[in-house]
Amino acid sequence: MSHPAHLQHHFSDSQQQHESSKLGMWLFLVTEVLMFGGLFCAYAILRAWYPEMFFHAHKVLDVMMGSVNTVVLITSSLTMALSIHAIQNNNQKAGVKYLTVTLILASVFLIIKYFEYSHKIHLGQLPGKFYTFTGIEGNNPHLFFSMYFLMTGLHGIHVVGGMAVIYWMMRRMKRGEFSSEYYTPVEIVGLFWHLVDLIWIFLFPLFYLIG
Amino acid sequence: MSTHSSPYHIIPFKTYITVFTALLVLTVVTVAVSFVDLGSYNLVIAMLVASIKASLVAMFFMHLYYDNKLNLIIFLTSLLFLAIFIIFIMFDTMTRDNIYKIKAGPINPSAKIYDNQKSSEGGTGH
Repeated sequence: MSHPAHLQHHFSDSQQQHESSKLGMWLFLVTEVLMFGGLFCAYAILRAWYPEMFFHAHKVLDVMMGSVNTVVLITSSLTMALSIHAIQNNNQKAGVKYLTVTLILASVFLIIKYFEYSHKIHLGQLPGKFYTFTGIEGNNPHLFFSMYFLMTGLHGIHVVGGMAVIYWMMRRMKRGEFSSEYYTPVEIVGLFWHLVDLIWIFLFPLFYLIG
Repeated sequence: MSTHSSPYHIIPFKTYITVFTALLVLTVVTVAVSFVDLGSYNLVIAMLVASIKASLVAMFFMHLYYDNKLNLIIFLTSLLFLAIFIIFIMFDTMTRDNIYKIKAGPINPSAKIYDNQKSSEGGTGH
């Protein structure tokens, strides 16, 4: 019996292969949640110890830049989802277009982040022993910036990694490797990208909005 | 297998746009609320809005609403264990001073970063 080229021999059909890949990706996302979870826990402890310092320190973050970045990332999540929608309808062209927009939005996110980081580096609002800023009231303000750089930094690394795999998917889609019958890798990359968005949805209020 | 339509569930285009609009509205809400001082409710509202946004992304963009429910259970399990992790550590952290007379203070009270402050209360760091 013949079977589609993308179907590996240890699966009985495409559907099962697709489901298994997604299950595997969700297990990976669980490890991601737990990895970030450790940092969220550290944030909770430090915030509980130094509530006033967190309040004063969070004011130096630019709410405008944070809000714009939130909208940028949510929009990139939409275009990622729409590229899967397009390939499900066998529209490779639209799929590639949506992936390109996703990549552009991801770059915009990183550029805004670059401006935020360089401003803070310039003022000495840095983690741990590198902290030299004197304008924040409260005890141990460097700890706020340790958490800020660790959490947004790890998130930023995920954005870069996400961009790399989205680019890879874009190349493969251009080559016509995906169709409505087989687009599992795009779906998996989409799940990763949405998780990056999910984490930012929590980082944004925790750092920019409530100190 | 049919070559015309995908064998997988396709979410209508309109659903994506609706969810996206809801996410934008909730972002505006959470930013607006942050400018109003509601005391400790600010944190509660911000986390509530973030959780609603996260649920929308997970359910629709990540297809959990339409998927095999196993994926949803796996994801929720990770959140359950994250909650156990954080809540039990906070039980410990928040009740330490019932046993030890320790107050969170500056790690290094004479550090230059406190020069602008009137007084940095003494005490040992955690």
